[in-house]
Amino acid sequence: MKISRLLKTILMIDFVTGLLIAIKETFKAKKTINYPFEKGSLGTRSRGEHALRRYPNGEERCIACKLCEAVCPAQAITIESKERDDGSRKTVRYDIDMLKCIYCGLCEESCPVDAIVQGPNFEFATESREELYYTKEKLLENGDRWENILAANIKADSSHR
Amino acid sequence: MDSYFSILFTEVYKILFLLVPVLVSVAMIVWLDRRVWAFVQKRRGPNVVGPFGLFQSLADALKYIFKEIIIPASSNKFVFVLAPVVTMTLALISWAVIPFGEDFVLADINVGILYLFAVSSLGVYGIIMGGWASNSKYPFLGAIRSAAQMVSYEVSIGVIIINVLLCVGSLNLSDIVMAQQNLWFVIPLFPMFVIFFISALAETNRPPFDLPEAEAELVAGYQTEYSGMMYAMFWLGEYANILLMCAIGSVLFLGGWLSPIDIFPFNAIPGPFWLIFKILFLFILFALVKATVPRYRYDQLMKLGWKIFLPFSLFYVVLTSSFLLYFDLLPGK
Repeated sequence: MKISRLLKTILMIDFVTGLLIAIKETFKAKKTINYPFEKGSLGTRSRGEHALRRYPNGEERCIACKLCEAVCPAQAITIESKERDDGSRKTVRYDIDMLKCIYCGLCEESCPVDAIVQGPNFEFATESREELYYTKEKLLENGDRWENILAANIKADSSHR
Repeated sequence: MDSYFSILFTEVYKILFLLVPVLVSVAMIVWLDRRVWAFVQKRRGPNVVGPFGLFQSLADALKYIFKEIIIPASSNKFVFVLAPVVTMTLALISWAVIPFGEDFVLADINVGILYLFAVSSLGVYGIIMGGWASNSKYPFLGAIRSAAQMVSYEVSIGVIIINVLLCVGSLNLSDIVMAQQNLWFVIPLFPMFVIFFISALAETNRPPFDLPEAEAELVAGYQTEYSGMMYAMFWLGEYANILLMCAIGSVLFLGGWLSPIDIFPFNAIPGPFWLIFKILFLFILFALVKATVPRYRYDQLMKLGWKIFLPFSLFYVVLTSSFLLYFDLLPGK
């Protein structure tokens, strides 16, 4: 037993075996993806950049109930509302400070009309802080851009709500 | 006066002809190191900048150049700035004696191997200076460790070199290569080659002997307080040293610029390419070892150096010399 152990140490059997395994692993398929060029799949509940959705006829969904503003633990949402000429209550200001936001998803959960949602986009890094103070226009634009995916995600998730 | 300048210019030209490829290959070797490391771990490694990510090191170098150099207020500023310069200079001047082919060497001096040994021993000064001048705990501890480690393994490398010199009978590196025309020393002196390889790992502070910069304990060792271009110079010197150790290993044991078999398709390839292939082979081994072996404990490292490698290589010196004497194979007869 002791001699075999000694031989193993002198001949560096373990080391050579490890090296051979390393060489073998080199030629195997990679476990990582080539990120900026290929992307992994995202779940339907992934919480990325916010968006404000519209109804199919172009009307804003948001009814300025301010539930999201109330629930937001980081107090990142600021809403001001006003009655419109047709008697409906709409927002005049809907700001999200994306630097304060903790991406918890409570705003999306609290929204009674599925207006504020968190989309699949997680690549919205900017070069200045100012660009991350999102306004209503920016959020609506996001909603228009991602509407297909957002609607599909909400539909896929509806049975769990 | 005229001839003086012409000599000066030819020498400068020769030095640049050696230095520029060495520096470029150091940059490439960093890329190769990261790439091999990533491949063993089934990652992709740097593959975005340039074809296969080959220009990654150049991009990194650019980044380092534009970064601010921070000199700690309580440091010894002169020594602090001098340390990376010393490290890099010493790593580069050793290349002067490495023979890339017959008559293809910058300085064909008769004590080439001693010169290499002397310069690589001086290399520890850069690290000690860096660690001491930083006037900070981690760099200081890292420098102490590094000095102890490099000095220990220098001894066993010295004894290993004696083995080779016994078989050659000359200290000239070109003579050492020419003596291997019939048989590379890696075959008769295989145990010495293995010990040389492991000692080279320790000498260049590579994993598994990267104790001086063990990030779990010492942040980054003697480099902790360095930033910007000065950090890059340390890092350049380190990789130039690794490359140099690979070159010494190929010259001493793998027949330098000689082709493995002296038949047509092999001996048509020019000598320098063979040396480069051998250096690359050794370097890839270095990188594979980095990817596989966990870090040694400090006492294990010292035990390995002083209690195992030194006695064993001394024993092998006796073995080699008695073998040569008994079979009347001593060189220079």
